[in-house]
Amino acid sequence: MPTAIKIENVSKQYRLGVISTGTLSHDLNRWWTTRVLRREDPYLKIGSVNDRSAKADSEYVWALKDINMEIEQGDVVGIIGKNGAGKSTLLKLLSRVTKPTTGTIKYRGRIASLLEVGTGFHPEMTGRENIYMNGAIMGMTRAEITRKLDEIVDFSGCERYIDTPVKRYSSGMTVRLGFAVAAHLDPEILVVDEVLAVGDAEFQKKAIGKMQDVSKGEGRTVLFVSHNMTAVKNLCKTGYILKNGLIDYTGSIENVIERYLDGQDERSKINIGEIKERQGNGLLRFTDIKFIDESGQSKETFEVGEPLRICIAFKIENEALKSATSRIDIGINDMMGNRVTWLSTYMYSDTVDLKKGNVVFEIPQLLLNEGTYNVNLFSQIDGDLADWICNVAKINIVFHDFYKEGRVIPERQGCLVTNFILK
Amino acid sequence: MKMNKNGYTEITPNDRLLNLNLRELIAYKDLIYMYVKRDIVTMYKQTILGPLWFVIQPILTTVMFMFVFGNLAGISTDGIPGPLFYFAGIILWNYFADCLNKTSGTFTTNQNVFGKVYFPRLVVPISVTISNLVKFFIQFAIFIIIYIVYSFKGVGIAPNWYALLFPLLVVMSAGLALGFGIIFSSMTTKYRDLTFLLQFGVQLWMYATPVIYPLSTMPADKQWIFQLNPMTSIIETFKYGAIGNGVFSWSWLLYSLIFMAITLLLGTIIFNKVEKDFMDTV
Repeated sequence: MPTAIKIENVSKQYRLGVISTGTLSHDLNRWWTTRVLRREDPYLKIGSVNDRSAKADSEYVWALKDINMEIEQGDVVGIIGKNGAGKSTLLKLLSRVTKPTTGTIKYRGRIASLLEVGTGFHPEMTGRENIYMNGAIMGMTRAEITRKLDEIVDFSGCERYIDTPVKRYSSGMTVRLGFAVAAHLDPEILVVDEVLAVGDAEFQKKAIGKMQDVSKGEGRTVLFVSHNMTAVKNLCKTGYILKNGLIDYTGSIENVIERYLDGQDERSKINIGEIKERQGNGLLRFTDIKFIDESGQSKETFEVGEPLRICIAFKIENEALKSATSRIDIGINDMMGNRVTWLSTYMYSDTVDLKKGNVVFEIPQLLLNEGTYNVNLFSQIDGDLADWICNVAKINIVFHDFYKEGRVIPERQGCLVTNFILK
Repeated sequence: MKMNKNGYTEITPNDRLLNLNLRELIAYKDLIYMYVKRDIVTMYKQTILGPLWFVIQPILTTVMFMFVFGNLAGISTDGIPGPLFYFAGIILWNYFADCLNKTSGTFTTNQNVFGKVYFPRLVVPISVTISNLVKFFIQFAIFIIIYIVYSFKGVGIAPNWYALLFPLLVVMSAGLALGFGIIFSSMTTKYRDLTFLLQFGVQLWMYATPVIYPLSTMPADKQWIFQLNPMTSIIETFKYGAIGNGVFSWSWLLYSLIFMAITLLLGTIIFNKVEKDFMDTV
């Protein structure tokens, strides 16, 4: 297969902070050194690795550094990585929204990006007019759009509203219409960034189906950026992990996902109070999470059906803190990032006793199926986000004769075990 | 960006200084059309009078100018009836000023779209110049009606052969506005200082252009100072061709034409350089 995209030594540098008179002096210095003295740009030599949570030691940061990729025609490539790893920057360079600081990108054919669907929609124009507008922005000719108009309208499922101004549309309908146009671009290279997070379930299914059609038939190349490992696994053959602006790993999609998930494990070994990747105003900070079994032992592996207590410890910024409302939530995700279940103090009360410094959720019978699950912690005080940490801990669950007949549940039968009897 | 012979498109950090890429621009001609259509269709949506506003605006301005400059200040109109004199100046000047004001915000007002999809950014300022042209022609039609009314009243005005220069004058105004507009829009992506200058600069510029007064009222030996302003000879030629009054000189018209060409060229160079990575600084 011929090469569809070739990325050679591509780097992208960004400047931190705001643009002000300080920027002007850098600009003048850069102009003086490169244009007058004919030397190398002084600011290209500096710049730190793109670690979002670390304190900045330079005013410049490399959002991408020395990226090399070669993607063959017809490949469906997943690009995964944490927030701020450089995924979107890479897609921006590919879709020519901005240029690389160094390096070259070569590609063959038309690139269509679904960075955000519905670009250029004007609220005052009708759905039909916006299809033409949006299509033209994406590089289609009017004749091309007219030819595909029926198909686009049909795919969007907005036929009844097609001559109504888009400002009367629901947000979901706007997205459907935007995606419908993008899906009918027929580009040689399609770049998709998390668009599937929008629309209702029916439409998501349609969208994924369309993407699969695109990638399977006619040898199109697809770059897919997502945090949803199930979608990545279903769609892609190969993948890249980006980490702090560098390529961390590349290989078959199974290996890539496995390695990415392993990387998340490192998190659970460090002290929760010291995790830097958290959001919130800090009025409350989680300090510990423990899974306690019947005998009062703390452990990480439980059997299906076992009773379990989740003990969460936290400290509050200010002992005198008086809050009208507060809550603590536990979100449990499977390894693919899908939410499995959710526990919250809110289901019983509007407040948490903050002075106590801990809260215990007791689960009399754990009915999650075999597997490893990620736990997220979330807290809110007076309606404001206080502390939120994703993947703070892992819990392993093994199946052990839950139905007392020595039988096991076959693989891939969902993440829920139902307590039932046969009459 | 360039296409090499194997059909590969290449994205590199640096480009040649002047990379017009006209072929790419032509490939996006349908987008220009859509932008023009969008501008016109959406401008007066949900208004009752609709496109009538195109006409009401200059008529009211003319009435106001007649009152303030004609009656109160007593500035001469060279013996031409006030409505005709002011209207002629206003429609051409407004076309220039509207184009300049709108194109100068190209990058800042379109950053949402520009941040998501690539297309030749020149499409936007070019389409603004074209969609304003529609407005200009409607106003020009009104001008002709006023003109006919006055000539029936026997004011003794008659167009001359120089009226054939009108299309050129419109193109020159468009070119100047586009040139200045894209220079301003490129220079304001990083430092916004110039936007403040432009806002009142355009207003002041009108007073430096013979819109509300005829150039002939200025002392003959000082007229050249006014003619350094490239818009002066455009407006004067317009009035000269239509009404027969005004200062006309081939050499100053040529000066304006060259001025426009240089502005446009310079603008394109700067614009092309900025469009590659303005998203990082805007």
